[in-house]
Amino acid sequence: MTVGPAISAGPTAVIQEAPEPGRWRRMPIKAKVGAILLGFFVLVAIIGPEVTPYDPSYQNPSPAASMNGPSAAHLLGTTQSGQDVLSQLLVGIRLTLELAIIVGVVATALAVIVGVAAAFLGGFWDELLSLITNVFLVIPALPLLIVLLGYPTLRGQAPTIIVLSVLGWPWGARVIRAQTLAIRNRDFVAASQETGERTWRIIGFDIIPNEVSLIAASFVNTVLYAIGASVALAFIGLADLNSWSLGTMLYWAESQQALQLGAWWWFVPPGLAVALIGTALVLLNTGIDELGNPRLRDATSASRIAGHWLPPANPTPVLAEVSQHRGRVATFLNSFSRSSLLDEAGAGES
Amino acid sequence: MSFIVRRLIFYLVTAWVALTINFFIPRLMPGNAVQSILAKFPNLQPSAYHAIEAMLGVGHPGSLWHQYVTYVADILHFNFGTSVAEYPAQVSTLLAETLPWTITLVGTATVIAFLIGTALGIVAGWRHGGSLDRVLPGLMFLQAIPYFFFALILLELFALKVHVFPTGQGYGEGLIPGWHWDFIGSAIYHSLLPALTIVLTSIAGWMLQMRNVMITTIGEDYVVAAQAKGLPDRRVIFTYAARNALLPQLQGFGLAVGFVVSGALIMEIVFSYPGIGLLLLNAVTSNDYPLMQGIFLVITFAVLIANLIVDLIIVFVDPRARVREATR
Amino acid sequence: MSADRALDPAAGRAVGSSTGPAGLSTDPALASSAGLGPGPAEPVLDIRDLSVVYRTPAGDVRAVDRVNLALGVGEVIGLAGESGSGKSTLVYGACRLLRAPALVTSGSVIYGGRRVSRPADLLKLGPDELRRLRWREIAIVFQSAMNALNPVLRVRDQLLDVIHAHLKMPRDEAREKAASLLDLVGIPRSRLRSYPHELSGGMRQRVMIAMALATEPEIVIMDEPTTALDVVVQRDILAQIVELKERLGFSILFITHDLSLLLELADRIAVMYAGQLLEVGTADEIHHEPSHPYTKGLLNSFPSVRGPRRNLAGIPGTPPDLHHPPPGCPFLPRCGYGTAACQEVDMRLLPVATSSDPEHVTACPFILPDTPAPAIGRPLGAFEAGDLSTAGELGP
Repeated sequence: MTVGPAISAGPTAVIQEAPEPGRWRRMPIKAKVGAILLGFFVLVAIIGPEVTPYDPSYQNPSPAASMNGPSAAHLLGTTQSGQDVLSQLLVGIRLTLELAIIVGVVATALAVIVGVAAAFLGGFWDELLSLITNVFLVIPALPLLIVLLGYPTLRGQAPTIIVLSVLGWPWGARVIRAQTLAIRNRDFVAASQETGERTWRIIGFDIIPNEVSLIAASFVNTVLYAIGASVALAFIGLADLNSWSLGTMLYWAESQQALQLGAWWWFVPPGLAVALIGTALVLLNTGIDELGNPRLRDATSASRIAGHWLPPANPTPVLAEVSQHRGRVATFLNSFSRSSLLDEAGAGES
Repeated sequence: MSFIVRRLIFYLVTAWVALTINFFIPRLMPGNAVQSILAKFPNLQPSAYHAIEAMLGVGHPGSLWHQYVTYVADILHFNFGTSVAEYPAQVSTLLAETLPWTITLVGTATVIAFLIGTALGIVAGWRHGGSLDRVLPGLMFLQAIPYFFFALILLELFALKVHVFPTGQGYGEGLIPGWHWDFIGSAIYHSLLPALTIVLTSIAGWMLQMRNVMITTIGEDYVVAAQAKGLPDRRVIFTYAARNALLPQLQGFGLAVGFVVSGALIMEIVFSYPGIGLLLLNAVTSNDYPLMQGIFLVITFAVLIANLIVDLIIVFVDPRARVREATR
Repeated sequence: MSADRALDPAAGRAVGSSTGPAGLSTDPALASSAGLGPGPAEPVLDIRDLSVVYRTPAGDVRAVDRVNLALGVGEVIGLAGESGSGKSTLVYGACRLLRAPALVTSGSVIYGGRRVSRPADLLKLGPDELRRLRWREIAIVFQSAMNALNPVLRVRDQLLDVIHAHLKMPRDEAREKAASLLDLVGIPRSRLRSYPHELSGGMRQRVMIAMALATEPEIVIMDEPTTALDVVVQRDILAQIVELKERLGFSILFITHDLSLLLELADRIAVMYAGQLLEVGTADEIHHEPSHPYTKGLLNSFPSVRGPRRNLAGIPGTPPDLHHPPPGCPFLPRCGYGTAACQEVDMRLLPVATSSDPEHVTACPFILPDTPAPAIGRPLGAFEAGDLSTAGELGP
């Protein structure tokens, strides 16, 4: 690290130099926790059904096995008909995640196609696509899903996936269209067009790479929506009730009066799983948001100066005044952070 | 054209789309599906059976266009058909009985949650990075909990384990609905836990959203300029930052209304609350298609009206909206 | 630091002045003429050794590096530089308006206006004292009036905000004052009820200026006030600024990337690059006797209406990355005169040897105003010891 010749000596010890961290390190803690949590659930989804202690559908006819709390034999207890809750949970996580991720991929792909097309075609087509997008954005999804899936022939994983995808793209399409319009008006795209680049190449090499974080965020949001919607639909019985997804578990728990009979082990685990997966996704999205929006990122990472938090709208902090305010506990805790390098050097400042 | 007029036209178009979807879905069922549906109603009165047939578009009911026109005319007269499961009750009657319950509960709870969440978001945004931010992961967790699951938890804790709240229903047993204090008091008491569920889960969302909008807004030039002008903090926070941040927040509210209502409907089931949610469950379990479709239409109309109200508020708060194109 | 007693919010006018229309001071003693040369011995704003960094996860960006600048009473100083040179950071940092991750790491900013009993260091003031001093003493006209005005408030309310924040007066008097401020900048009073988006660009900028003058500040900072406007309006606004300054006697710190504006407008000009000052002198000196290679380059970059035709030269290359500033002179990679010796320069501002004005200072110890232009076609950054022979004349 070059600081300059001795003649230009000034408060150089005050300046921090740091290597450029990789993208993983730059992500805030929240997002890393989210990613790890999500990774855990994905892992469970992959290997879970292989390691179930029991067959989730196996019903134990003896009444003594019904509605038992957690025990050594059944870590999460049993259902009304003696089925093992843990096994159901392991299968359920896979089914729910599978469905949600497929919907996420399909719906996001649709959103990108519609959004980019609307932004590029412009004029009448843009108006039409935007209108369709906005209409389906406003129409409440769940009642429509219920009407679509209400017919008995339409229950099951595949129809649910199709229907959720068909209603899941408007949100992402809107956002992607706005961003594409903004990018499209930028100079480098005009430059590409001037040199005669074909539209496909412009979209592929100029536009999409600049929207990656937006598309990723949109994907995460869609997965979130798919989980919520599929669980809600299953809860009211609009799913294949013979399969074990997190939503159907909740349906059976509710219809068998698990709540009134105090069998919390039946409905708490699937609900908690849904909430935790959802939280992981939201945390992950925060990280993606902050990677994309520098203001949010600067906000969280930079509001601590010399280990001391200051309200961001306060007057610009001045180094000497900041170091005065540190107490002993703060000094100790601060020694673990990167900025402690500054304080040791800055302690000599007036 | 003024903003409000454009929005109104948009909502009318959306309503028409919803109507039309409702019309075509049953008619798009493949033939054998139709048969299996009809087979579910062996014991219906002939007129009800014919109504189902008409809805499904079978049995020579006339040209498609003719059916469509009749259908739209019916809707405009608030005739949503006859319920199958509760025959001979009219769908519109059933809806009229349950809609007020849902609207009062969901409307009030959502508005309260929005107001409190937004206020908290203003503080969290202004002081972001500070101690208030420690609750953020907790809030995200709350936001991710499905309404109905949270309802189950709350019921378990505060109604069954500790008998603070009733375990369900809209009002106490033996009471007769009417405008007298006994009934109203009981109704309020029974709506507390459902309302609490909605408020606690959705507050997190509004707070997080407002916080993010505030963070962006306080970086705007006019907020820095307001500070450069030496204006008192309170003025800067509320009249310069928050009032501008409110606009995207309101727009977000408009978009979220549909989700909030949907979630609340399912939650009502858990509480056996006499709103549309319970009606919906019954409709699904008994394959009452006219009722399902009626519920879909009514919920859609309610959401559209709520959006229109939000638009009116936006126009009131933002002077630019009065002239701007309606590109929301 | 009891600067709170030093500022008297009740004093709407400086002591001992006469009052003209609309309560604004027209005391000729206060309105100093547009004199050339530096102000009186006591500068009204004395920036000393100021450094500002932006603390990013990738390290600190040294946006302003040990800058010294003194603004005299009634003086107009122009601060010229490319975007990213740190001129805005310098000024906003001095006023402590920068947000995280900005941090002031050294220096002092002493304000010594006529209303304060004792000079105050802006960097040491608490938030309340700072708020009282802001605008009352140091006002800012921002670059983009559209962005700097609150979109949801009427013009009248924004003017009243400023008036009520610093001046104690009854409501109707305040309203009359707001109206008279619009008179001052030539906007019809009916516009008080308008929202910012209902005004034209030029009108908005005038509103900003009116707002800045509401409390008769000692210093008005103008941050590229005319950049976003078309040339005709620009002319008008600048003329108005000059006229108001004559009348009311405030000092101006004028930030711009357009050096040509400053040549006509400013008393002194400071040229900034990569967070450091490269040259400071009177407008006349800078125009006719530019000393630093960068200043020469800037002057060569715009055509003059009169005079012989000449080839326009720009300054090729881009400013350095402030994460890892190179040693010595930051302009070296783009400098046609550069040599290896430039890496040892300590960037102190020293008087120009051949200038009659002792206050004309430059950071380049080698090049003088009359040093001939470097050879054309010389590759950039290719400086070795052997290049001394082709580098043109080097000063002592």
